[in-house]
Amino acid sequence: MFQPEFLRRSDPFALMRSMLRDFDRLTPALTVRPAFPAVNVWQGDEAAAITAELPGIDPADIEITVKDNVLTIAGERKAPQVPDSARWHRNERSYGKFSRAVRLPFAASQDKVEARMTNGVLRIVVGRPEEDRPRKIEIKAA
Amino acid sequence: MNNDVTQTTDKTPAATPETTTGGRIYRPLADIVETDEGVTLMLEMPGVGADDVDVTLEKRVLTIRGKVRTTSPEKLQLAYAEYGEGDFERSFTLSDDFDPERIGASVWHGVLTVTLPRAAKAQPRKIAVTAS
Repeated sequence: MFQPEFLRRSDPFALMRSMLRDFDRLTPALTVRPAFPAVNVWQGDEAAAITAELPGIDPADIEITVKDNVLTIAGERKAPQVPDSARWHRNERSYGKFSRAVRLPFAASQDKVEARMTNGVLRIVVGRPEEDRPRKIEIKAA
Repeated sequence: MNNDVTQTTDKTPAATPETTTGGRIYRPLADIVETDEGVTLMLEMPGVGADDVDVTLEKRVLTIRGKVRTTSPEKLQLAYAEYGEGDFERSFTLSDDFDPERIGASVWHGVLTVTLPRAAKAQPRKIAVTAS
């Protein structure tokens, strides 16, 4: 008896999920273009850090700028070089220019920003200026 | 700039059984290109180094696994998260005509490239007939 793959599965939502995936793939224009890259923001007393996943991007193609409390990550995702005779089976990754601005919890100066890239993950550490750090207030005896 | 929650690029969880440790497994985005020599796969696996990739071919099924080294800056707390970190896993069923001995894999800035050369076509062999 003919039984499609989704009926044999124990997962009742498998069909719905596969339909949604097809729908997403076929109608990319209808959905809002998501911002790239997604960022995680870390915070501490002395610094803040921003991590972002930028796979397949040469660190030389990334530009990081800081102005007051806005940090901007911009760059370009270059498409892989393939010969003209090549046939694409799948193209799930996306390419092109990107730019993303992130608001920092404090105003930072350009010289206190340090960026490092390992295995396609960018990590930017921004030092908190001295005058912005939490200060303990001593209570004087009356 | 506004205070709305920004919609960012999302990672798809892999359709694999869950892990015992509760860690997440994502399905890496793939580009697959066929050239004259064979097929090239490019998979986005940010945070995965060359030592942490595992590519296996078993009964025509090519499985790619990548172990992520998490990036958590010391002394800092996560304040806002748009993406999750987790291992990557994806498998593909291949046709028969690939040469398993010549499969190559390399990692460059979080992108794994797997080259699958097609097996050389069986050369026609001439059989000499001897007169008896």
